[in-house]
Amino acid sequence: MSEGLARLAGRFGRLLGPDSVITDPVRLRTYECDGLTSHRASPGLVVLPDTAEQIAQIVRDCAAAGVPYVARGSGTGLSGGALPRTDGVLIVTSRMRRILEIDIPNRRAVVEPGVINLDVTRAVRADGYHFAPDPSSQQICSVGGNVAENSGGAHCLKYGFTAHHVLSCEVVTPDGEIVELAADGPGYDLLGVFVGAEGTLGIATKITVRLTRSPEAVRTLLAAFGSIEAGGGAVSAIIGAGVLPAAIEMMDALSIEAAEAAVRCEYPPGAGAVLIVELDGPESEVAHQFAEVERLCRDAGAFEIRVAADDAERALIWTGRKSAFAAMGRISPAYLVQDGVIPRTSLPRVLASIDALSAASGVRVANVFHAGDGNLHPLVLFDDAEPGAAERAEEVSGKILDLCIEHGGSITGEHGVGVDKSRYMPRMFTETDLDTMQMVRCGFDPAGLCNPGKVFPTPRLCGEVPGVRKGPHPYEGKADLF
Amino acid sequence: MRPLDALAEVCGDVRPGAPEEGVLGVVPGLVAAPATAAEAAGVMRVAAEHGLAVVPRGAETRLDWGTPPDRCDLLVDTHRLARIVEHASGDLVVTAEAGLALDELAAALAARGQRLALDRPLPGSTVGGTIAAAAAGPLRLLYGSPRDLVIGLTVVRADGEVARSGGKVVKNVAGYDLGRLFCGSSGTLGLIVEATFRLHPVPAAHAYVTCPVTGAAQAHEAVQSLLHSPIAPSAIEVLAPTPPSCTVGVLLEGVPEGVTARTAQATALLGPDAQVCEEPPEGWGLYPDGTTLLDVTAPPTSLTHLLTEIGADALTATWSAIGRGYVGLPAETAPDKAAAIIAGLREGLARHRGSAVVCYAPADVRAAIDFWGPVPAAKLMRQVKDQFDPGHRLSPGRFVGGI
Ligand SMILES: Cc1cc2nc3c(=O)[nH]c(=O)nc-3n(C[C@H](O)[C@H](O)[C@H](O)COP(=O)(O)OP(=O)(O)OC[C@H]3O[C@@H](n4cnc5c(N)ncnc54)[C@H](O)[C@@H]3O)c2cc1C
Ligand SMILES: Cc1cc2nc3c(=O)[nH]c(=O)nc-3n(C[C@H](O)[C@H](O)[C@H](O)COP(=O)(O)OP(=O)(O)OC[C@H]3O[C@@H](n4cnc5c(N)ncnc54)[C@H](O)[C@@H]3O)c2cc1C
Repeated sequence: MSEGLARLAGRFGRLLGPDSVITDPVRLRTYECDGLTSHRASPGLVVLPDTAEQIAQIVRDCAAAGVPYVARGSGTGLSGGALPRTDGVLIVTSRMRRILEIDIPNRRAVVEPGVINLDVTRAVRADGYHFAPDPSSQQICSVGGNVAENSGGAHCLKYGFTAHHVLSCEVVTPDGEIVELAADGPGYDLLGVFVGAEGTLGIATKITVRLTRSPEAVRTLLAAFGSIEAGGGAVSAIIGAGVLPAAIEMMDALSIEAAEAAVRCEYPPGAGAVLIVELDGPESEVAHQFAEVERLCRDAGAFEIRVAADDAERALIWTGRKSAFAAMGRISPAYLVQDGVIPRTSLPRVLASIDALSAASGVRVANVFHAGDGNLHPLVLFDDAEPGAAERAEEVSGKILDLCIEHGGSITGEHGVGVDKSRYMPRMFTETDLDTMQMVRCGFDPAGLCNPGKVFPTPRLCGEVPGVRKGPHPYEGKADLF
Repeated sequence: MRPLDALAEVCGDVRPGAPEEGVLGVVPGLVAAPATAAEAAGVMRVAAEHGLAVVPRGAETRLDWGTPPDRCDLLVDTHRLARIVEHASGDLVVTAEAGLALDELAAALAARGQRLALDRPLPGSTVGGTIAAAAAGPLRLLYGSPRDLVIGLTVVRADGEVARSGGKVVKNVAGYDLGRLFCGSSGTLGLIVEATFRLHPVPAAHAYVTCPVTGAAQAHEAVQSLLHSPIAPSAIEVLAPTPPSCTVGVLLEGVPEGVTARTAQATALLGPDAQVCEEPPEGWGLYPDGTTLLDVTAPPTSLTHLLTEIGADALTATWSAIGRGYVGLPAETAPDKAAAIIAGLREGLARHRGSAVVCYAPADVRAAIDFWGPVPAAKLMRQVKDQFDPGHRLSPGRFVGGI
């Protein structure tokens, strides 16, 4: 450990108590990666603070020492956002798990950043409410991580993403100050840009979330089609009819095969694609629209439609979809999870191109996606024992992103850019676009110490604002401050 | 070269400003109306070279909001940037230029059974002005405000560079969301030239259920019963032209069968005085009367306090159950009285984590009041502003903390 870090470890030990500072190399390794396990780095130092004031002090000390720091919630991120720095401090929020306030009359709750997503819903379910963002990782991911990634889930088609469900955040800024950013109120909507900034603009220490009235009725169906094209046709027909389902999910033959092997979900045999459509809302609305969705699926060529009669049957329908990622292990030794977005109407064309890509390269690709909003999760399969296979898979995975960009889509719909995709950012945005985004970064964090190296391929030198001189270069002389 | 000539080289429509074009009395030296994003970039570049202070102008419906600019050398008028760039109806997405009137946009979308789920504030108001003002009405309960519906934004920076963020797909977390940052930025961070919105289908049926109530406590009770019911209203409004007595109204939208059933539910919740109608009640989605207007963040539990407090001073109000409302002060309110009312409101609302910002006020009232109230993250805001506009030339003095 460098002398600077050792000094910080000492300070933090006095500030937080020795149990809250980890320096032991073996224990540090627990934190070496998030859900994207291909990128690893052992943190220089891990701290487990209890309060916002402690985080503010930690950030001020890091700033004074010129040491970078990274926030970490539950470490389920899939783009390496919480990848630590070997020369820096990892600030873990796992001890900040208190739900501070539940305010049903105002439909909001105040939580600490380490609170698990599903625990918010559990705490208000009896009142008929829930926290709408429902990433598949909701049993383990933290609300702070949700804020940083602007996470969504299967139901964000209707209910939106985390950004739509956060009213305000108490934040420790890179200056080490505690400030409140709110969606309403005077001035710029800094909260709007903080959410989804992947932990690069500061650390959320308290989050006021919006609670959503749970729907009176939920109805779910599974429709089996001969082909992906037919399934895609049904999606277009449903949306075209003015129906806004809570969720529309699709799986192709390969992912159905994997799910079948893993959890015996017993989806209709011979299906080239299955569609899960869920409607929710007032009983009287849902009943009517559900009949229409059934009809539209049938018209689009569904050869079997199963309607969940109760919660247990609904859970059964969802089992296959929810286990799809993990199930890949049944049909392939290794796989990459891709996350790209296309305009929904390009679905058939892009899927055909992915097929062609797969055929030409000999790399198998299974497709699972949030079909309602065009968010694809191609699973690129490979055998990690075979030399060169990982590289080929990586290449196919990258080409899929190119397809997304070509069709006017995005390189990530929910997993974020992190370290994984920063190199793809210049394919989607111009240098000026990226430079402009980084103006925000420079406004918040001119020294570039807050989760550096994420999101952007190259940092902007914040001191170089045309026409303004702001003292010494931000990176100058950082090394010998201690 | 003189600024006028330099501007004329890059933009087809440039002229000296006229006295009646003053922004709160500050007459612009020049007016330029670019017809393309490239022309807009040219105009902003010339402005940068000549150090001109720039104020963007949409339909001018609310150019008198905020505080007067310290300087206005150049008014950039967006009325020639008025095209629908692309309506991808199958994807429920539209891209439009900043100067397009929302009414025109709405008409084009309606032809394909779709809408931008924002109340159109005032006739003529533009895409750019609505985003810059973060303007939203009753529908915000279900659909949110511009920040929730803008999915891509193209702006011209202070230095004349064109920058884009977001994109054409609803689900997208690549890079910072500058769209949300520009919502409510009042022309102080850059010139908006193009925006992409998420759309919704026009509902097949709708109904308003309204009910007069006589006191603040009953209003609160009515709102709470609707808010926590499962009838999924698109809007719940309290219209209070003479508080504390007011009208509670709810908008239900959906399929005809659903709306009929939910209307019956809402009627049952509101009691025997409830009425069902197809047209909105009087004052729905409009500002309350008055020459001073406040935009209040007022969570549902503050409603009782709000209605009693403003009732005591004979003010007018409209309030949305999402926790946002407008309060009007009559013309005869003396400046020191206005200042006291505003301070009192802020104090009361702060107890509910609310706030109050003045939208517009006569000059003598402006001089007597704190326009913005406490601004929690003012320092960060200034740091962001300094990055986007280091020369402080974009709508200088129009925003919080002297921004
Ligand atoms: C099986 C599985 C399924 C998933 N499904 C989904 C899905 O359906 N939808 C979806 O959107 N995502 C999904 N994810 C991704 C991931 O769960 C989400 O991004 C989640 O929000 C991350 O939360 P976390 O607490 O694990 O954050 P971490 O991984 O710990 O951190 C993620 C990022 O947030 C930052 N961060 C963490 N806490 C804070 C804080 N308090 N303040 C500021 N920044 C902070 C970190 O620095 C990092 O950049 C899935 C992941 C897995 C493993
Ligand atoms: C129910 C209701 C709610 C409303 N809520 C709000 C509210 O919460 N806040 C609010 O301010 N207004 C609100 N309004 C008023 C609304 O702002 C205006 O009616 C209108 O949307 C502004 O559009 P405009 O084209 O007339 O803009 P203008 O009046 O011309 O300009 C408005 C502001 O936006 C800036 N601007 C205009 N175009 C651009 C551009 N292309 N790029 C950058 N900046 C630009 C201007 O400099 C000015 O500061 C509301 C109106 C109603 C009826």
